[in-house]
Amino acid sequence: MPGLEDLYREIILDHYRSPRNRGELETPPAHMAEGFNPLCGDEIKVFLTVEGNTITDIRIGGQGCSISQSSASMMTTAVLGKTVEEARQVLHAFKEMMSIHEHELDDTNADAAPAPQLGDLEALRGVVKFPVRIKCATLGWNTLDQALVEATA
Amino acid sequence: MTLDTAAVKADFPLLNNLINDRPIIYLDSGATSQKPQQVLDALNHYYEHLNANVHRGAYYLAAAATDATENARLRVANFINAPADREIIFTKNATEAINLVSYTWGRANLNAGDVVLISSLEHHANIVPWQQLAAEKGCEVRWIPLTDDGQLDLTDLDRMLEGVKMVAISAASNVLGTLPPVRLLADAAHAVGALCLVDASQWVPHRPTDVAEFDCDFLVFTGHKMCGPTGIGVLWGRAELLEAMPPFLGGGEMILNVTQEGFTANEIPWKFEAGTPPIAEMIGLGAAVDYLENLGMENIVAHETQLTGYALRTLGDRFGEDLIIHGPQDLTIRGGVLSLCYKDVHPHDLSQVLDERGVCVRAGHHCAKPLMRLLGVGATARASLYLYNDESDVDALADALEAAGQFFAF
Ligand SMILES: Cc1ncc(COP(=O)(O)O)c(C=O)c1O
Repeated sequence: MPGLEDLYREIILDHYRSPRNRGELETPPAHMAEGFNPLCGDEIKVFLTVEGNTITDIRIGGQGCSISQSSASMMTTAVLGKTVEEARQVLHAFKEMMSIHEHELDDTNADAAPAPQLGDLEALRGVVKFPVRIKCATLGWNTLDQALVEATA
Repeated sequence: MTLDTAAVKADFPLLNNLINDRPIIYLDSGATSQKPQQVLDALNHYYEHLNANVHRGAYYLAAAATDATENARLRVANFINAPADREIIFTKNATEAINLVSYTWGRANLNAGDVVLISSLEHHANIVPWQQLAAEKGCEVRWIPLTDDGQLDLTDLDRMLEGVKMVAISAASNVLGTLPPVRLLADAAHAVGALCLVDASQWVPHRPTDVAEFDCDFLVFTGHKMCGPTGIGVLWGRAELLEAMPPFLGGGEMILNVTQEGFTANEIPWKFEAGTPPIAEMIGLGAAVDYLENLGMENIVAHETQLTGYALRTLGDRFGEDLIIHGPQDLTIRGGVLSLCYKDVHPHDLSQVLDERGVCVRAGHHCAKPLMRLLGVGATARASLYLYNDESDVDALADALEAAGQFFAF
């Protein structure tokens, strides 16, 4: 059975204790999307400023468990300063990592472009062993996805 | 007399399993209870010896299966002191039972401007069906507020009752354990010509139930929380109300006659039981009622009250201010449901660490999001006690909480 240390890696706890880019941005000019995890009641808000084609500011509001909060915190550091396309690539790579069918996907995607480096986000890989927590890890990312749609509409 | 919990525990095969070499500390009976061997045997016995569709055959098996289900109805009726067994409608669960009332009674009797009064403690099952009705009919859903310790705040009850046609209220909260004053509310409803529906999902498994004592008009509960199988729930209603209500689902079983021009509805209870019913589950629920009655509901109350007191004292002594236990502390107005907030540890993380130690608690909003908002939290970790729990389970919970505190000590 996977142990707690597979789930709660040190870097995850660090982002939970000291979340990066927490807060809100004024809307407009910023865009905001809101996500809910109906299973556990977690709520998250992603505030996004896109200038030109670049994410120049991002903030996270709401409340949730260590996995959803740290994943969102790491997400902000991963996409801040990136172009919208780059952010979408990271988002795709992260969701791929969170997919329970990871290996099947790997096979079918063998010829696709190399995935962007996930860096610290790799620490969240262990979440896949705890299927009920995958929704926690992806909550911020799905919400970012919505915010990007709004910001580029 | 109280319960011999060692003997009770031995009746529940699941509780005698190990998961990852650890015993199961099951503290989630508020979500669903475990099932005793007696109930499992009844289900098997039906499939091995009686399986036939009910009400539709002259042969021995069909008659025996029909008798078994109707006998279960009678035992359920006696269990809640219903005046007649035809007042017991079998449904899929408590949720369907409330929907049945809101859909049939509600659509036939409520009009624009009418009010359904519910409490801020309600489970979504006793909220959303009324909201659906309100949206369709232009009615209002009005909320009884709470006091700081999670009791109903009835100071403004008279004003809240203006325009009310239905008071729908839970007898025991699945989040806070609160036991609201059901009789008082039923009397208040009747005084303004309204009806009273009691959601007894968290009451019937734990306390003696007497619909005459509640003096309510409808009472619903769900089999799987009272040692019975899933897929079976109960609506009790006063016969004259049920008879006046239009049918719910249409199909076989619920008709007396069908022609090309239309249909004539069957008598109660069958009028509300369209299609092949959950036969095994009715029989299983009957066996669950027998099981609870053999132990004695008074003994179950005594046991759970004593154990809840032990849990409140133990957790209070060991964690003090670090652990918030929501809801009333007074054992005369609360049951064995403990909604916990421990330091800054998110309930989801808490339940994960507890799971490593075999302690099963539920983390989340417990299908009571409006209540969570009032409590100012997104979620709680809920430990709920039942007849097979004992002090060692509470101690295991406390030990696991301590371990979680150390794990997340910042
Ligand atoms: C107070 C209360 N009402 C209603 C329900 C709904 O029960 P079911 O899901 O079996 O319909 C529950 C169970 O979660 C409950 O605790």
